[in-house]
Amino acid sequence: MTGPLYLAWRYLVFHRVKAGILVLSISLIAFLPAGLNVLVGESAAQLRARAEATPLLLGAKGSPLELSLSSLYFESREPAAVPYDEVARVVATGLARAIPLHVGFRVASHPIVGTELAYFAWRGLVVAQGRQAAMLGECVLGAEAARRLGVAPGDAVVSSPESVFDLAGVYPLRMRVAGVLAPSYGPDDRAVFVDVKTAWVIAGLGHGHADLREASAASSVLRKENGPEGERIVANASVKEYNEITTDNAASFHFHGDVSSYPITAVLVVPPDDKSRALLMGRYSAPEETVQVLRPIGVIDDLLGTVFTVQGYIVAALALVAAATLATAGLVFALSIRLRRREVETLVKIGGSRGSIAVVLAAEVVFVLLCSGVLAAGFTLATERLGGTAIRNLLLS
Amino acid sequence: MVQITELSFRYGEPERGEQGFALRIDELRVAAGESVAFVGPSGSGKTTLLHLVAGILAPDAGHVLVAGEDLATLDDARRRAFRVAKIGLVFQEFELLDYLSVLDNILLPYRIHSILRLDGAARDRAGALAERLGIGDKLARRPGSLSQGERQRAAVCRSLVTGPSLLLADEPTGNLDPVNTGLVLDALFELTNESGATLLAVTHNLELLPRFDRVIDFKDFQPPPAARS
Repeated sequence: MTGPLYLAWRYLVFHRVKAGILVLSISLIAFLPAGLNVLVGESAAQLRARAEATPLLLGAKGSPLELSLSSLYFESREPAAVPYDEVARVVATGLARAIPLHVGFRVASHPIVGTELAYFAWRGLVVAQGRQAAMLGECVLGAEAARRLGVAPGDAVVSSPESVFDLAGVYPLRMRVAGVLAPSYGPDDRAVFVDVKTAWVIAGLGHGHADLREASAASSVLRKENGPEGERIVANASVKEYNEITTDNAASFHFHGDVSSYPITAVLVVPPDDKSRALLMGRYSAPEETVQVLRPIGVIDDLLGTVFTVQGYIVAALALVAAATLATAGLVFALSIRLRRREVETLVKIGGSRGSIAVVLAAEVVFVLLCSGVLAAGFTLATERLGGTAIRNLLLS
Repeated sequence: MVQITELSFRYGEPERGEQGFALRIDELRVAAGESVAFVGPSGSGKTTLLHLVAGILAPDAGHVLVAGEDLATLDDARRRAFRVAKIGLVFQEFELLDYLSVLDNILLPYRIHSILRLDGAARDRAGALAERLGIGDKLARRPGSLSQGERQRAAVCRSLVTGPSLLLADEPTGNLDPVNTGLVLDALFELTNESGATLLAVTHNLELLPRFDRVIDFKDFQPPPAARS
């Protein structure tokens, strides 16, 4: 029996390009559904884990998916804003803690997330280098963001200009890096965290400029008025606005108008128990309500339902491709046998039985299928081992 | 060594309108150690006779005895075992397997039949034969990298490696130039003379005939026209 197996092996080694293509084709077609399953499963697990860890989200009425993707993964378009006093409104119910989120600006490709210190404790994020942001204009970077931007505590990052041609719009703000978070292997790793007020400064809602009461700023003053709130100074466009908040100019930064009406994109609502959660959802379910409160896990499950349906279609398509591949492989073997008719006749003439020759030919098929199976299993194992990291990197990219 | 009596063989089925071919030999005896050349026009049945003697084909009637064994009475497995052990075959087109090395081609009979045991002695024999035929330094190469003459010498090695008592050669020099024809024939005669093997060879090269002990012209075996139809 070893003789025919040896001949089959030598034939495949000699025709290694053809055999290699066959093995690769069959192994890929065997691996793809399994690999896809592993990757989709891993993606779903990671998406669900983040959603499950977020009990409730409050945001403007509109697309629940956009609100969830923006608030949980810092993806998607910036959702419509809700006023900052929605945080106080939630807290006033006594049913939950509330953490504001402002997601909309970027440092290069990294989202700037305006929030409060409570966010870090709630998500279990710890500072690995440096310290937490302590003053306006400071930021804390996720581990991946720091690595990609090549910055460390003490360096600075600049927010991306949002509207280059809008003179009254958002100007880049230079922010000092106070600390870098330890890796959490989630969307937080690629974010740049700032205090929500710093996000408002980037949005142009707060600003700092030279003191117009000083003599050196006289050329910037248009007029001075006395009103019921005291002296009011109107400046011209030459007044110098600061694009970096330092200890020297921090005191000059101020916000005009009612801060409680300032925009945030979402409120992370953390009720202590299911009952509080149900009560809160009930309170925000009135038709006249201007905001929505949703459970992110429900939204993500809906999204994953669609993903799984698409996966089903892809697997069905792969099954057709697999059938075509196997048919082609069968054709290759059949043609190969036809082309080797003289070889078969020679083997018969010098004493080989039809049976042993059939073993030679069948062994070639078995070797190819065996190698394909091993390769496909290897691919699947590697995907299982490395899939989690790959998906995390994909979600982080 | 070979004894043929009342042999008749027919290809095709004339009753179904197929062009028939018939071979009829009343008696033919070849002694052990004798070398015999078969000559005759193409289609006269020379190769068919070699196949009948090798047991690859079975006669319609009559007997073919090789070393006293009537191949027609053996079942397929025993006939193959007999062939692989007792008979060596050399083909005009060499019929080497391109995916095997020269050494593996020489040892091919050991790979395809369990009656032969591939051991060190067999490998030594293959190496020695290759040395004798001047291809000892090419054992690791593929047939595709050899000259025509070297390929046929490798094929001769394959036919002799099992130590057969009968060597059947079907136009062994048909594809060779005069120099290689001489080399291959010299090797065939030398090695069969040394081992005492019988040599039956089909050839169209009349210049080679004086080297054989006997020449048989197949015109003698053609049935009369009435028997062909």
